[in-house]
Amino acid sequence: MAAVAQPKLDALSARLAGLSAPEGGKWARAARDTARARLEVMGLPAPRDEYWRFTRPATLNAPEPVPATVFDHSGEAPVFGAIDRLKIVFVDGVFDAEASDPLALSGVEIEPLDEAARADIHWAREVYGVLEARGQNPVERPFATLNTAFAREGLVIRVTGKAAQPINLIYRHASETSDALIHHVVKLEPGADLTLLENGPAAARLNKVLEVEVGEGANFHHVRTQGRAHERQAVTHIFARLGRESTFKSFTLTVNGLLTRNECVVEMLGDDAVAHIAGAAMGDGSRDAFHHDDTVFVTHDALRCESRQVFKKVLRNGAVGAFQGKILVKPGAQKTDGYQKSQSLLLDEDSTFLVKPELEIYADDVACSHGSTSGAIDEEGLFYLRSRGVPEAEATDLLVIAFLADAIAEIEDAGIAEDITGRLEAWLKRRRG
Amino acid sequence: MAGTDEVVIKEGVEEDTVEAVRSLGGKYKYGWETDIEMDYAPKGLNEDIVRLISAKNDEPEWMTEWRLQAYRRWLEMKEPAWAMVDYPEIDFQDQYYYARPKSMETKPKSLDEVDPKLLATYEKLGIPLKEQMILAGVEGADEVPADGANSERKVAVDAVFDSVSVGTTFKKELEQAGVIFCSISEAIREHPELVKKYLGSVVPQSDNFYATLNSAVFSDGSFVYIPEGVRCPMELSTYFRINAENTGQFERTLIIADKGAFVSYLEGCTAPQRDKAQLHAAVVEIVILEDAEVKYSTVQNWYPGDENGKGGIYNFVTKRADCRGDRAKVMWTQVETGSAVTWKYPSCVLRGDDSQGEFYSIAITNNHQQADTGTKMVHLGKNTRSRIVSKGISAGVAQNTYRGLVSMHPKAKNSRNYTQCDSLLIGDKCGAHTVPYIEVKNNSSRVEHEATTSRVDEEQLFYCRQRGIGEEAAVALIVNGFAREVLQALPMEFAMEAQQLVAISLEGSVG
Repeated sequence: MAAVAQPKLDALSARLAGLSAPEGGKWARAARDTARARLEVMGLPAPRDEYWRFTRPATLNAPEPVPATVFDHSGEAPVFGAIDRLKIVFVDGVFDAEASDPLALSGVEIEPLDEAARADIHWAREVYGVLEARGQNPVERPFATLNTAFAREGLVIRVTGKAAQPINLIYRHASETSDALIHHVVKLEPGADLTLLENGPAAARLNKVLEVEVGEGANFHHVRTQGRAHERQAVTHIFARLGRESTFKSFTLTVNGLLTRNECVVEMLGDDAVAHIAGAAMGDGSRDAFHHDDTVFVTHDALRCESRQVFKKVLRNGAVGAFQGKILVKPGAQKTDGYQKSQSLLLDEDSTFLVKPELEIYADDVACSHGSTSGAIDEEGLFYLRSRGVPEAEATDLLVIAFLADAIAEIEDAGIAEDITGRLEAWLKRRRG
Repeated sequence: MAGTDEVVIKEGVEEDTVEAVRSLGGKYKYGWETDIEMDYAPKGLNEDIVRLISAKNDEPEWMTEWRLQAYRRWLEMKEPAWAMVDYPEIDFQDQYYYARPKSMETKPKSLDEVDPKLLATYEKLGIPLKEQMILAGVEGADEVPADGANSERKVAVDAVFDSVSVGTTFKKELEQAGVIFCSISEAIREHPELVKKYLGSVVPQSDNFYATLNSAVFSDGSFVYIPEGVRCPMELSTYFRINAENTGQFERTLIIADKGAFVSYLEGCTAPQRDKAQLHAAVVEIVILEDAEVKYSTVQNWYPGDENGKGGIYNFVTKRADCRGDRAKVMWTQVETGSAVTWKYPSCVLRGDDSQGEFYSIAITNNHQQADTGTKMVHLGKNTRSRIVSKGISAGVAQNTYRGLVSMHPKAKNSRNYTQCDSLLIGDKCGAHTVPYIEVKNNSSRVEHEATTSRVDEEQLFYCRQRGIGEEAAVALIVNGFAREVLQALPMEFAMEAQQLVAISLEGSVG
């Protein structure tokens, strides 16, 4: 292996200076120590890293976060408010038991990470840092490793049957200088079923890892909206491992945010598994910068698995959208069906769309494809609407919603999909004034 | 390493097919070598070798200095490792950088004076160096009347043998049209003003590791200048032959199409079959001024190595066209069937407004071949258009990667790109990969990219088999259909050869 560049190690030691190792029982100490050792070999991302070609890691690397003003949501109905759900609240990345519902749900065991970490033996050790470590090859994701080594906060969730309600993690942002490290572990036993909802900006700077083990025949649905705070910055990772005939579906809506990097690493190990990863982003660079990066890596290592990636971005006023997606089909993963779509709608001359959709295929009986497009709003569609008396701004918004519909359609639950669409419409309307 | 005997044979595949796979290494038609006395520069690379190459070509001082500058930059550079290819480290000191047939010591004044052995070599390759009407060796070429103009088709050839140009045909006739077509070493001596102005202006001296090496040690290559408003009266072609052992070939091609000019240029290449891999690092620069058009077609058929991956050519090539003027147009077409390792990205810089770039490619890899190839379309001017059609076909234990960049700069308003890259896999031991980069920095431009990977369609195969077509012939037919968009873009001379090559390269790959 090539020697690690000095800037990467320098960035790491600067970052480590401000962090202290959390206390914990045997299993947690072991997991964190191993992660720290792995991290010291890789260092933190540097500007010339190929994997960070489209996004500058500097502010995510820095020892201190850039302060971020708390966004005022007053007057808006809470996200997922209409859904019957179990609410668990984190404030600036710290679990708030008082603001949360009791951690009791039929078919599910929920524990705060710091509690689970105090035990000497815990089932979570089979997942915590394990999926993250598997996701480091062939591309390193140091922020996730840093998270494994230093996160104190998070939840440890084991799903044994069909969860009675969706679990909703609400991330409130209170302090302008908060720097959150959150690490969740979710394990779905064979046949189990869980919907996980996440919303809120969490902190001025957020580093979050979600590890999900989806057992045989289990279903995991994940929908998140990443807070509307303009100045927040976030790097998030999802690591999922899929068993036979299991389903994993994840959708993310991002509106606002100075910098967002969402990585999703899915490994399909059981035959006939299904993974859908989707994202809709809407960015306006006029108030503050908007930089949004989706980085996805799907590995097919079993027979007849299906994966879909659908990412849509609407960009205006100098906003930057990036997508790096990869489908890796390992030798023997025959009958793979892999699909990848990345599209952008550029609403003005100043915005930028950067894409790298990759296929790496070592099996012959597969159907894999990707499509990527970028362009301005459809003039004909706009003309059609205007000729029917719809004002230009409203017509544009209608076309924006229509453009994002493909990604939103990936949400399994029709009620949640409707909620998301309604919210987008309301935000756009508000923007028009 | 996995040999053909480890390939899982599907049911119903005939023993003949399996045998054909085993003997594929011996099927390379151009694997023989010419027994000819050679002059070598001493092995290895240092400033003295660079000076020696320059002296052998009777170059002026400025050229020697240019080479030395490149050499010094090269010493500080690292070999790139990002391509999806894997080969043993190259010992750059264990190579000859200059090899010339003894008989070429004094440059022959005309083709009549060229060593008969050299002429025979090209004759055997199907490229006779006489001023014939059509390029021989292309069966059926004379049977296609097409638009009736066929009987008038002429192709001028510059033949490069190891490090030197052996001769150029039709020079007189081209001169009458004002076209300069000669070896680059001759151009440096005879047309220094053109060379000085354009050499390194598209691919800078230290562009990348291999281009820099080439800038230091290039020995020969072709030079083309088409003056303003001239449509080149015939197709131009360069045929590269590596013959000497342990010798790298570093040719440099410079094509300049002045305002309103047009030229179609063909390039072919072969090498003998040897156990030890050989290096080929070429640079092609094309300058296209206002309203001019250049078509550049390549059939790359270097020795690919044997069925166990032994030997073959490492083909590390930098090709770039600069559409410098408004409405300039370039079209790259390549059929890549040879070489053990290919690293090649013919690119278009669309600087002039309304300029156009096209890239059509078929890359076929079999046995242990590895190809990492694609293109870059850099849109700088307004209303620029580009189109990429790439077909990768992988068989045996080969790896085939498409790597490309489409970049729309903020000023490239109203530009357009369409990219389609398809991969076909034959057998379950090979790999096909796609690594496109798309960077869009304005909204009036449209970029579309599509890619698919699949196997030979069972239904199509069944349909052909049902009609009595043998399995291998059926696969060749399907592959030809798969690649037809690219084959159609080739000049007629090459299209015929390419279709046959597609069949040969896939022979025995079924199963």
